[in-house]
Amino acid sequence: MKNNCPESIVEIRDVVFFRDAKPIFNGLNIKIPRGKITAVMGPSGTGKTTLLRLITGQLTPDRGHVCVEGQDVAQMSRDQLFAMRRKMGMLFQNGALLTDLNVFENVAFPLREHTDLPEKLIRHIVLTKLHAVGLRGTWRMMPSELSGGMARRVALARSMAMDPEIIIYDEPLAGLDPISMGVILRLIKRLNDALGITSIVVSHDVHEIGSIADCSYLMADGKVIASGAPDELRKDGNPIVQQFMAGMAEGPVPFHYPGPDYEEQLLGKVAE
Amino acid sequence: MNLGAKEIMKQTRAVEMGAGLFVLLGFGALFFLITQTTGLSNEIGNTGYTINARFENVGDLKIRAPVTISGVTIGRVTSIAYDPERMNAVVEMMIADQYRQLPDDSEAAILTAGLIGGQYIGLTPGGSETWLEQGSQIEFTQSAVVLENLIGKFLSSVGGGN
Amino acid sequence: MNDWLCEIREGIEAFVRSVGELTLFFFNIAIYSPRTLVRRPGLVVKQVFNSGAMSMTIILTCGLFVGMVLGLQGFDTLQRFGAEEALGTFATLSLVKELGPVLTALLFSGRAGTALASEIGLMRATDQLAAMEMMAVDPVRRIVIPRFLGGVIAMPFLTAIFNMIAIFGAFLVGVTFMGVDQGAFWSQMHANVTVADVNQGVIKSLVFGIVASLLAVYQGYTSVPTAEGVGRATTRTVVTTAITVLILDYLLTATLIG
Repeated sequence: MKNNCPESIVEIRDVVFFRDAKPIFNGLNIKIPRGKITAVMGPSGTGKTTLLRLITGQLTPDRGHVCVEGQDVAQMSRDQLFAMRRKMGMLFQNGALLTDLNVFENVAFPLREHTDLPEKLIRHIVLTKLHAVGLRGTWRMMPSELSGGMARRVALARSMAMDPEIIIYDEPLAGLDPISMGVILRLIKRLNDALGITSIVVSHDVHEIGSIADCSYLMADGKVIASGAPDELRKDGNPIVQQFMAGMAEGPVPFHYPGPDYEEQLLGKVAE
Repeated sequence: MNLGAKEIMKQTRAVEMGAGLFVLLGFGALFFLITQTTGLSNEIGNTGYTINARFENVGDLKIRAPVTISGVTIGRVTSIAYDPERMNAVVEMMIADQYRQLPDDSEAAILTAGLIGGQYIGLTPGGSETWLEQGSQIEFTQSAVVLENLIGKFLSSVGGGN
Repeated sequence: MNDWLCEIREGIEAFVRSVGELTLFFFNIAIYSPRTLVRRPGLVVKQVFNSGAMSMTIILTCGLFVGMVLGLQGFDTLQRFGAEEALGTFATLSLVKELGPVLTALLFSGRAGTALASEIGLMRATDQLAAMEMMAVDPVRRIVIPRFLGGVIAMPFLTAIFNMIAIFGAFLVGVTFMGVDQGAFWSQMHANVTVADVNQGVIKSLVFGIVASLLAVYQGYTSVPTAEGVGRATTRTVVTTAITVLILDYLLTATLIG
């Protein structure tokens, strides 16, 4: 397997992870290069969100290592873990804004929790971050008043509030209209280019993410089955990769969930 | 731009106001319960002096039963014990400090408040010029009236009349 | 045959495990509670408002009518013994020792407890708690503890307010409607209700406050992060609180009286 992603900030080595005795990962190896956009793609149910939780230390692997900046996440104390997370921002699928705070307070939240900055400075930072995502005008609105795309942008502003070194995007494009999608994609790209933030994007929007990613990993069956630049993936000979990249209904990933024989079940020959 | 901060401040203030009013009302209610539903005269506390009296029979008398004089509560029963040597009951009672001047020849009787009320100790002042003190004993006592004995006496006297 | 034995065993195991989980959860809360109270009093004040002040309507309404029913029933019963003047004593003792703390706890769990459970459950379901963890903020300290403390502080006050309004309700019916002598109503009460009786109710309300708040935040925090899971967490809050409060009430009464 080729790897053209040098100098990794996050490294996942031979990770095995079980959920309820069902293997989610079975020898997973991923290297996330510093200062680049890395896409982690895969069909639904391949544990993409689980992967993110492993990187952030919300879950610990049953075997193998997850290292961030060379440190094993599983062996960190709670304080070390929290210190590491301060250097990370994470954008959740639906934004996960705190519903009882308005937009301004949501972005100010990490600052208020972790710093004793004067109110004036906090306001300055919050407005700068909101301006960066183009939503400075919404600072008084409550999260319930925002559209899905806007909520995600506010959440992005919030994850940037502490000036993180890594931002993790969990399905940043899921359920968005094309315009919002374009906005988010541009934001991810710009943040990466301008600030040199390492970006990890988990998604199954192959083409959109492929257009901005520096390198991609494709997961299936708890393993990485292909990696490299998006163009290389498209040329990969693996039939699963082909099916995923081209969006075909039938292929190695079957259309039908395994079940008894169709005809026999219709004729009532299968015990209920 | 300051409007947002002001609005939040206003909101915070309203919350603080509401919580404050609630807590004050709660304290008020607690105060009401403790002072207005309970008789303060019930609580003579631990300041006072203890005297005791011996009774043949204390009947239904309970610890904490009131001790009264002329119907005014001046103290509480603090302990009731049986003295096996003299074969009678020893009742200790605490009298509030402001009632220091009780004649030492006063009489103590166990009385009943109403038909179904509890029993209490009624003191009747004597004529002595010296007062009861901490640890004094009341000499003159009158035991509780036990209903069964009373009825028995009444029946036998009726029977005797025939 | 062995199937249902197995099921019973699993059920008992699950129960014991959840009791253990709840206990650990409580210790985790208890350890950090004083610090939260000192460092973030604003958060706690907000929750005292949410759990306490926002429960006032239900407490005042229910308290008034419970007191009025006590006045009516008490009068009817006591009158048969010619002891209707003991109505004040009867109502006050019933309220401060038993009905006040228990009913307030049940009403609290219905109003504030379900609100807490669903709020925290929704935060879990919409990844708000996970987002906090990602921002290196401990959701137990930031979200759970202030809500727990708010409930614990609010409960004794709610109970006292419930009792006061209920005594007023009993007075209203007994004295104003039924014609019990006003002086006798109060003087009998003064003669028979002691501070110890009131304290017994206060102790109960403190314990119930801890129990009702703990169960509410626990059910919310451990709820399954789906719409259905949040709904089930609110239901479980009311059911577990009601059962625990009534069992504890018996134990407390036995201890405090015995």
